[in-house]
Amino acid sequence: MALLSGFAHASELARGTIVRAVLADSPAQQRDLIVSLAGQGDPAIPTLLEAWRKDSLFLYDAPDGTRVPIQLVHAKDSADAQEALRVADGLPLLDASGLPLRLVGADLTPVEHTSALRRAMKSVVDLLDLASPDTEKRIRAIQTLGFAQEPDKLPLLEKRLATETDPSVHTVLREAIALIGLKAPTAGAKLAALAELRELHTLASSDLVKLALKDAEAAQDSALIDAAHSAVIAIETHRSTVNFLGTLFRGASLGSILLVVALGLSITFGLMGVINMAHGEMIAVGAYTTYVVQNLFGEGLSLSPFGVSFTLPGLHATGWGYQSYFAVALPMSFLAAALVGIALERTVIQFLYRRPLESLLATWGVSLVLQQLFRLVFGANNVQVSSPAFLSGHWTINEILLGWNRVFVIGFAGLIVLGVWLVLTRTSLGLLIRAVMQNRGMASCMGVRTQRVNMLTFGLGSGLAGLAGAFLSQIGNVGPSLGQNYIVDCFMTVVVGGVGNIGGTVLSAFGIGMTDQALQQILLNPVLGKILVLVAIILFLQWRPAGLFATRSRSLD
Amino acid sequence: MSRVAAFFSARRNPRSISRGELFAVGILAVLVVLILPFANQQGWISNFSINLWGKYLCYALLAISVDLLWGYTGLLSLGQALFFSLGGYMIGMHLMRRIGDLGQYHKPIPDFLVFLGWTDLPAFWRPFDSFPFALAVMLVLPALLAWIFGYLAFRSRIKGVYFSILTQALTYGAALMFFRNDLLMGGNNGFTDFKFILGFDVRDATTQRGLFVVTALTLLVVYLACRWLNGTKFGLVQQAVRDGENRALFSGYATAHFKLFVFIVSAIIASIGGALYVPQVGIINPSEMTPEKSLEAVVWVAVGGRGTLLGPVIGAVAVNALKSWATRAIPDLWILLMGGLFIVVVLFLPGGIVSVPAKCRAWFAARRRQSTDAEASAPAVAVAKTES
Repeated sequence: MALLSGFAHASELARGTIVRAVLADSPAQQRDLIVSLAGQGDPAIPTLLEAWRKDSLFLYDAPDGTRVPIQLVHAKDSADAQEALRVADGLPLLDASGLPLRLVGADLTPVEHTSALRRAMKSVVDLLDLASPDTEKRIRAIQTLGFAQEPDKLPLLEKRLATETDPSVHTVLREAIALIGLKAPTAGAKLAALAELRELHTLASSDLVKLALKDAEAAQDSALIDAAHSAVIAIETHRSTVNFLGTLFRGASLGSILLVVALGLSITFGLMGVINMAHGEMIAVGAYTTYVVQNLFGEGLSLSPFGVSFTLPGLHATGWGYQSYFAVALPMSFLAAALVGIALERTVIQFLYRRPLESLLATWGVSLVLQQLFRLVFGANNVQVSSPAFLSGHWTINEILLGWNRVFVIGFAGLIVLGVWLVLTRTSLGLLIRAVMQNRGMASCMGVRTQRVNMLTFGLGSGLAGLAGAFLSQIGNVGPSLGQNYIVDCFMTVVVGGVGNIGGTVLSAFGIGMTDQALQQILLNPVLGKILVLVAIILFLQWRPAGLFATRSRSLD
Repeated sequence: MSRVAAFFSARRNPRSISRGELFAVGILAVLVVLILPFANQQGWISNFSINLWGKYLCYALLAISVDLLWGYTGLLSLGQALFFSLGGYMIGMHLMRRIGDLGQYHKPIPDFLVFLGWTDLPAFWRPFDSFPFALAVMLVLPALLAWIFGYLAFRSRIKGVYFSILTQALTYGAALMFFRNDLLMGGNNGFTDFKFILGFDVRDATTQRGLFVVTALTLLVVYLACRWLNGTKFGLVQQAVRDGENRALFSGYATAHFKLFVFIVSAIIASIGGALYVPQVGIINPSEMTPEKSLEAVVWVAVGGRGTLLGPVIGAVAVNALKSWATRAIPDLWILLMGGLFIVVVLFLPGGIVSVPAKCRAWFAARRRQSTDAEASAPAVAVAKTES
């Protein structure tokens, strides 16, 4: 009992209980002591119990004849000795001269543990999180208890239910209590539990409710069968709703990605009629610009194209300063891609307005050259663009997962479409663009400098592709062939929407996105879904050869 | 029937063949069909080179199929690589069966099927034991695909760049499908490690030489057939569709049928090219099927000269020879070189390589005229000066 004098403080209560448990005579006594720990919030409990289970608690025979429970921690040294902490207070074990002792585990008596004891420890650790201030942890602990379906945990959960204020935890608690109720001895309690589960119809309870249905069928209790059946139906209905809404949401976000990447093309191809196979590389220009800007905000960037090495100095910004690089990267990637686009228009495309099929070939050559330049400047491997913290998280509404990056995608697409619409309908440049695209000769006669408008329109389309690149860098890899992955999808989106019609592009992007996600949901196979989408598009064009919104005209090509 | 026959009864187009082209083709044919294989047999040309040239000639077949559509009918198809690989896959299936149990697993079915857990041959593989069947499917399957796709596309009057984009999508979709393992066509790796063709060892120099001769003869036959086709009334309508489809339509020609026919013929030509390519190269996989490969073939035609029949052959051989050289000599820069070449050819040499002699002649003629004009006008100026 001399030992007990060492921990008079109230906060050492949990440690004291463990020490007593270690020194207790019978396993039954040990178990009772450990079970008494349940519900206490001391963080030392899980560490010590874990150590016990993992065989790193030992008994040390002190020179004065007492046995001191200790925990051996940290790495073994050359003599296999480890640092020893006293279980009683967590402080290092000292020798007579006051220096920390290092002990060898093999020389000491390990503290034994029976399987019953280990079970008790596990349930204590499980229950610890019930009182955790972290909602996520609390929910996980409650769910673990619910799925274990052990009736003896019921009082604890019910006690918690009375005090719990968080509504989401409250629901999970009710679910757990009902799940345990499925194992109740009386049919009445089972019925009540099933009714509760039917009302909650959570996806997580699905498997256990189905199991209960099977048990009821085995027991041939018609009231129970009916109750279980209606609970299963409620859950399945809920599941199909969640799947449907989730597919709708994912479809909308895929549609937004398609929209963002295809919007630039709907201007260069749709309005101007230029088949720009290098559109994908304009996207990559935007993505690489974002990469460069990010590095300028951070550590700087070393590049060695064509054997010339140079280093761009970085600003070494941290925290919010660094996180805000994206605000700078967006306009920069628009500008960079627009400049590349204007250069391309001046050097190559302006000579090919009358030869669309050949502009396809020439721009494919440009696309090859640009891809190789990316490889030479930034390397053949993907480069790392870290996304800001606000993109990695999610909301859960009615069990539907709404990833922030997907929400961001949809919002971003909406903003860009609004911007393009404003430029085309509310600015004088937009007026000129529409005039030149409708009738180049007539516009020219009216004094519009069509060459300049062509250049600016192409710059606008390319700049939008650059924005798409900045945006794709946040949700995927950035590499030399980034654009190639999107080029076929881009053309499909524009063709289906109807060439020369931004509204059509918006509608077709969402249509294709939704169809793709729906087919994936049904077929459970992304590649097959994609192939079917392509087939669907070909068949769709049978019905509407000029896309959703055809530009009406009396001219005959 | 007689109406159809009337289209093909030879009505010589006066421009159809020039003496110069005839001469050039004759010399090239003798060189390729007789002299090169002979030189290889004598050991003057390495087996590697003859194999490489065999590959170029297969590409030339692909290029002719592109040109028949693009140069003569105005349809830029980006699906020719699909037909090319389909032909290759069909022959590849037969060659896989001919491996017998000499594969890695020593099982009577192809290795990749063993790997996927199959113990029996899937039903659709069985008929490919027979070479004539594989040959027939090699001709029929691409034709059927071209027929269905072409029928849908031309019926709804999809043309110009839309046709290009749709054929690109078709090729892309097919490539995605062939990349999948559960199509049971070898997935990513495709077919390789062929052993025998018609009882000959496929890696043997003599077999390779034989394949080269067969390829060269096929190319010659295809060339002559296309030449004949262009000379018929059919060829004239075909070119009318290219130059003014609406006029041809209003003159009472069902242009969709003409286009469909040409599309099917060129699919078959591409497929034959692929079928000859696979035993010579020894591998076929879905990367041959991507839209980029189709674009490459289009570029050969553009570089060689579209709207001619010699152009695609020259373009395919020249670009691929340059590629073979450049990938070894300047591995980092060759893509820049190729990309730049395409841009330059499209911008400054729309007629391709075959138009160079005519351009030079025109340039010299213009110079000569200029100098004679200058000589003729110089005294007149002098007279005028003295008069003033």
